[in-house]
Amino acid sequence: MMSEEIIKDVIVGEQEDYLINLGPQHPSTHGVLRLEVCLKGETVKYLNPHIGYIHRGIEKMCEALTYQQIIHLTDRMDYLSAHINNEAVSMIVEDALQVEVPERVKYIRTILDELNRIASHQLWWCAFGMDLGALTTFFYGLRDREHILDIFEESFGSRLLHSFVCPGGLMHDVHPNFQKRTKEFIKYFRTKLPEYDQLLTGNIIFQNRSKGIGYMSRETAIGYGVTGPSGRGSGFSCDVRKIAPYGAYDKVRFNEILETEGDVFARYKVRMAEMHESLSIIEQLIDNIPEGDFTAKMKPIIKLPAGEYFRRVETARGELAVYVVSDGNKTPYRMKFRTPNFSNLFVMNEIASGYKIADLIAISGSLDLVIPDIDR
Amino acid sequence: MNSIAQYFTDLFKGLSTLWAGMRVTGKYFFSPGAIVTQQYPENRKTLKMEERFKGEIIMPHDENNLHACTGCGICEINCPNGSIEILTDRVANAEGKLERVIDKHIYHLSMCTFCGLCVKTCPSDALAFGQEFEHAVFDRSKLTKVLNQPGSKIRKEAK
Amino acid sequence: MSSNIYDFSTLTGSIHTWLSGMMSSGWVIFTEMVLVGLIFLLMYALLGLFLVYLERKVCAIMQNRVGPNRVGKWGLLQTIADLIKLLLKELIPIRKSDALLFNLAPFIVIICSFLAMAALPYAKGLQAIDFNIGVFYIMAVSSLSVVGILLAGWASNSKYSLIGAMRSGAQIVSYELSVGLSLLAIVVFSGTMQLSGIIESQANGWWIFKGHIPAFISFVIFLIASTAEINRGPFDLAEAESELTAGFHTEYSGIKFAFFFLAEYMNMFIVAALGATIFLGGWMPFHVGNWEGFNQIMDYIPSVVWFFTKTFFIILIIMWFKWTFPRLRIDQLLTLEWKYLLPISLFNIVLIAFIVLMGWHF
Repeated sequence: MMSEEIIKDVIVGEQEDYLINLGPQHPSTHGVLRLEVCLKGETVKYLNPHIGYIHRGIEKMCEALTYQQIIHLTDRMDYLSAHINNEAVSMIVEDALQVEVPERVKYIRTILDELNRIASHQLWWCAFGMDLGALTTFFYGLRDREHILDIFEESFGSRLLHSFVCPGGLMHDVHPNFQKRTKEFIKYFRTKLPEYDQLLTGNIIFQNRSKGIGYMSRETAIGYGVTGPSGRGSGFSCDVRKIAPYGAYDKVRFNEILETEGDVFARYKVRMAEMHESLSIIEQLIDNIPEGDFTAKMKPIIKLPAGEYFRRVETARGELAVYVVSDGNKTPYRMKFRTPNFSNLFVMNEIASGYKIADLIAISGSLDLVIPDIDR
Repeated sequence: MNSIAQYFTDLFKGLSTLWAGMRVTGKYFFSPGAIVTQQYPENRKTLKMEERFKGEIIMPHDENNLHACTGCGICEINCPNGSIEILTDRVANAEGKLERVIDKHIYHLSMCTFCGLCVKTCPSDALAFGQEFEHAVFDRSKLTKVLNQPGSKIRKEAK
Repeated sequence: MSSNIYDFSTLTGSIHTWLSGMMSSGWVIFTEMVLVGLIFLLMYALLGLFLVYLERKVCAIMQNRVGPNRVGKWGLLQTIADLIKLLLKELIPIRKSDALLFNLAPFIVIICSFLAMAALPYAKGLQAIDFNIGVFYIMAVSSLSVVGILLAGWASNSKYSLIGAMRSGAQIVSYELSVGLSLLAIVVFSGTMQLSGIIESQANGWWIFKGHIPAFISFVIFLIASTAEINRGPFDLAEAESELTAGFHTEYSGIKFAFFFLAEYMNMFIVAALGATIFLGGWMPFHVGNWEGFNQIMDYIPSVVWFFTKTFFIILIIMWFKWTFPRLRIDQLLTLEWKYLLPISLFNIVLIAFIVLMGWHF
């Protein structure tokens, strides 16, 4: 809407513009994002995201590290889908060396991907509720997320940044209790999900706050490269798990959740449905993990053959693409991450202008931004 | 007339959704058994970390003060952050040959990201993860640790 | 009908006679005013601190947490520790702020809520001043606090504060109507604006039971509208921490912030006490028709206990609202008031007038 006018305003700016800096320290920007918002009364005229407050130069740092070492940096981009990020780099190495990963590894990786996705969506649910002022959601979500983190801790020894994947397989095998505890979690979480719906989804205040807000058309989503649940809320079919299956995704039956409304509530519904879908994916895999080795035979020093490699995965927030240029050394010549949040952030001016400042918070919450992933 | 009916159905539907949410919080209000908080400093005695918990890097020593580190430096090479430094000496062994032994295995906890590469790649399994997690100190220099205990020696495998 | 064993008027009367014996009437009034002022000051601080503690504990249990539990038994001294911390904190002066108004605003807010306390009947015979327009007086002084909030937002020279203050202005001015109308319903029933008169009229049953469904509707409207009037969630748009960081008191620190904080909680108490007095019979015990035995047992519970039980019941409901619902948006807030609450309460009051005219109420 009225994009030309907005661009003009951004460039020119007016004397009487009521400019507000939302962030870098603000309760709802979930980190150090700064939004320069121009208000007209309560209505957002335009907004201008400023990024870079947590830029660490991960891409440049990767050029000095071996492929095994790069894994632990990818944890720190989108820390809520750390496992999925790890997997992306591992798979690019496996592709380049044409290593066949054992089936067991694929299964375990996929299960962990989905557990990680649920944990991420739970945290999003907590934070989204809190953005809208429902403070209790935060604690219910974290309470349930704790169960997943406990499973992670038992198997990998760390709860959030688990560099558990290594090129060729896994660092070590999962804990013997892994299957049992995961099944317990599925059972537990199935009883808690209806509570989420009662508390927030059905709530009339919440529905009024989210329906018809922050409309993003399918064209806008494609144009800005908005992927993941945010894009799928606009009917943009962009699930990498479906388009280019990796891991054990070709062995399970699951639906790609698509909503066509394109508003905040549609994005909300996509994520809530994805939690159900992830549970069913785990259920299909958890009993069928094949026996076998937890890693393929890899050389201690990995050198990718000279050339360019590209791989994409579906993180909890969208499509993460990794692009590596190798000159045959043990460190990459150039490493590029196409992180989902970067694209998801910049659509905000398009979809948030014209709405109220309270809606702006809801919209930024519905895009589920993780700031370190934007800045890298 | 229709719009009036719509007005009231909207009103009552809205109220019922609000009541559904209040039932959830109300249920938890009257069930204090659902409290999940752990009382941390009090439960210190009973608190048990998972056996694989990555608290810090340790070098296990046996009862004779022997460790398994040969001082090869593979952990130092593999560490992405430079948090391991190894100082080695050359000491003459029983047969009079010079042999590399570890002088100090220095571990900078302040730089460690717990990626686990050193533990995984150690050829002689000399390193492990410790369960200690209370690392807060008042002086940064205390975070630099020497992992091999004073006077410890390398364990010779029985042949 | 209710027994006089817990009547405080004998106590206050004997203090008055004792003082009159010692000094001239002018000094008696002065001494009594000082005494009452001190008692209220103490009560204000203690109740405010206890309410903060209660809120933290209630929300903690609702959220599966333990809440404050370190300072004192069950964390009872936590809020006192917090108060000491706030007293010791630096008062940060804001550059280019209007210093006079900036410093004045917290006092306006706290004085408004303090004024309202005077007219509340805490027990039988325990009321500082019994205006014949008590309901009107409380309404008037409690709505004055918006002036303080507006001044705080304006004088802070902060954009967040200004938005918060403007929201608060729009909100309080419109919800004042519904609060007034819902209270008016009971005024119509009881035929008086005097709080003691309203309580006396409930000797044979509380208005929420006697007044049929219209009284219940006005009770619900009162709960919603007064929650909005005291700027609490889900209507806490003036603070809206996720949008405006802290709204109108973003720039305040130390004890000036504590004043806003305390006033917010005491406003909640005042609103709850008013609701308890008007709808739930104030300090009147719970009586059921002809069950003489039951009624006598109820009479043995002191009237102070009745008053505070009912008040805290309403406070708990208001807290329950806050910790369950998401926040409304400013236009939805006004829609709720002007499209739902106000028409319903207007219709309700006509209905009540009709009921009273026909003499259908008990």
